[in-house]
Amino acid sequence: MKTVFDKPVSLTDTIVHYCPGCHHGIVHRLIAEVIDELGVAGRTVGLAPVGCSVLAYNYLDFDFQQAAHGRAPAVATGIKRVSPNSVVFTYQGDGDLAAIGTSEIVHAAARGELITVVFINNATFGMTGGQMAPTTLVGQRTTTSPRGRKAELCGHPIRVAEMLSTLDGPAYIARVSVHKPANVMRARKALLTAFRCQIEGTGFSLVEIVSNCPTNWGMTPRESVKWLEENMLPQYPLGEFKVTGGTDQ
Amino acid sequence: MADRVLMKGNEAVGEAAIHAGCRFFFGYPITPQNEIPEYMSGRLPEVGGVFLQAESELAAINMVYGAAGAGGRVMTSSSSPGVTLKQEGISYMAASELPCVVVNMVRGGPGLGGIQPAQSDYFQATRGGGHGDYRTPVLGPASIQELVDLTIAAFDMADRYRTPVVMLGDGILGQMMEPVQFPDEPVTDLPDKPWVTTGKGDGPRRLINSLYLQPEVLEQHNHKLQAKYDEIAATEVRYSENRIADADVVVVAYGTTARIVSTAIDHMRQEGLAVGLFRPITLWPFPGAALAEAVARTRAVLVVEMSMGQMLEDVKLALCSSGVPVHFFGRTGGVVPDPREVAEQVAAILGRDGETT
Repeated sequence: MKTVFDKPVSLTDTIVHYCPGCHHGIVHRLIAEVIDELGVAGRTVGLAPVGCSVLAYNYLDFDFQQAAHGRAPAVATGIKRVSPNSVVFTYQGDGDLAAIGTSEIVHAAARGELITVVFINNATFGMTGGQMAPTTLVGQRTTTSPRGRKAELCGHPIRVAEMLSTLDGPAYIARVSVHKPANVMRARKALLTAFRCQIEGTGFSLVEIVSNCPTNWGMTPRESVKWLEENMLPQYPLGEFKVTGGTDQ
Repeated sequence: MADRVLMKGNEAVGEAAIHAGCRFFFGYPITPQNEIPEYMSGRLPEVGGVFLQAESELAAINMVYGAAGAGGRVMTSSSSPGVTLKQEGISYMAASELPCVVVNMVRGGPGLGGIQPAQSDYFQATRGGGHGDYRTPVLGPASIQELVDLTIAAFDMADRYRTPVVMLGDGILGQMMEPVQFPDEPVTDLPDKPWVTTGKGDGPRRLINSLYLQPEVLEQHNHKLQAKYDEIAATEVRYSENRIADADVVVVAYGTTARIVSTAIDHMRQEGLAVGLFRPITLWPFPGAALAEAVARTRAVLVVEMSMGQMLEDVKLALCSSGVPVHFFGRTGGVVPDPREVAEQVAAILGRDGETT
């Protein structure tokens, strides 16, 4: 018998704690697949965020350094400057990256740090019970916007991929999703491109992954995929926003 | 020993760090320490190191955290408001047992405060400053030579105990110039760090972490940290005593305030007053036992600080069962006390014959 598909080597056997239907599981697997395909697991260092994926280090068999909330791009900068041969990636949610960590991500991108950022955008603070995030949609109900987010009270959601693409430092910025098989394959390709950017020294790379949060959206996994398609994708269009360019300006 | 060179304090700190094998610096501009990042930006590339100006003091300390986790000898510097921002990173580094040196050239506070020198960050430096049960060694140099020597010692201490070490200076120390000597040979023998996370290679992967969700495990971790602090307290205390033996009044002061007090003591001694100086050099661990011993036969203690009274509390704690009255004189906000003012305070204490507080 021929094995045509297997769990990637770099994905541990630890059973994940994520909710049923959560897209973290798919993305973890893709990262492991891509790192294994590139053959760099031995020199990879991951930065786990504060959020649902704070325990990502239990599911991926790489060296990991935990980072404070939002600070992963700064910590990654420190690691990469000391150890340029390491493949350094951060894994951050939208609270981590687009709320408390906005300064750190903008400046790491502007400096063109040779790191790769995996940004999970599900429009909520998942781990803490579903509070409003800077990526929450106008009208979306959360525990801190119980009547739906009102633009006149707390503004509009932030499109991180587009925003960072205005900088000259980044070499690759893409927004993908993993809610359907075809999207999963495109997400895998984007992650491969992103990590190659780092390994080949081209520049800073970020892949924003529009994701779900069935539990805090108050939906079944299937309902959450539908809601993502109908509400998230129009707000956060998929595509590649920066494909060429780098730090040698 | 190498030749003596005239150097500004802020630059001497930088050169001392490089001498100690520091090859990574992350910082941010703030008065009165800007010469430190400026100096490092010039010198580090010359020795194959990395200087990076971060987007904030908060980002800088997090870069330090990452650099330390990757095995680098790394330093950051700032002044009071910026050091406040660094408390998050310092707590994480203490918890994760990572080494670094943090230089604070203290200025008047609280809030935006002033840019003139002060000693009002003693609590912040010695009581942890950030959240959680932890300590960091705190060194209080009183001259640029001492700043150089203690900076070199700080990197060694940081690596030996796997802890951040705080250098508590002030704007005077940072801005003034004095002749200094560097050791003949730079430090080249750096310790092994088998715990760094730069890629697992063929071995099992490593984790640098401070998250312990199980209370019993976190408690155990805290005990482990405490054992380290106990060891540091038992072996790293430093202080200096001057004319203590016959002193009727012992003045306790650190840093540049101690120099002002020294001048005051010179004048007072010439007038026949028996005054001495006890100068803590490690502010944590505080030389409490040595202080209690030093004032065993004195009539009164006067604590002089450029603050509203912070080291004062450690002095009182150390002397609480000694019965010696403890007085305080402080100037703050950036005001620097005059030797004459100190002498007046001592005279007032001595003038109150037999009075106790």
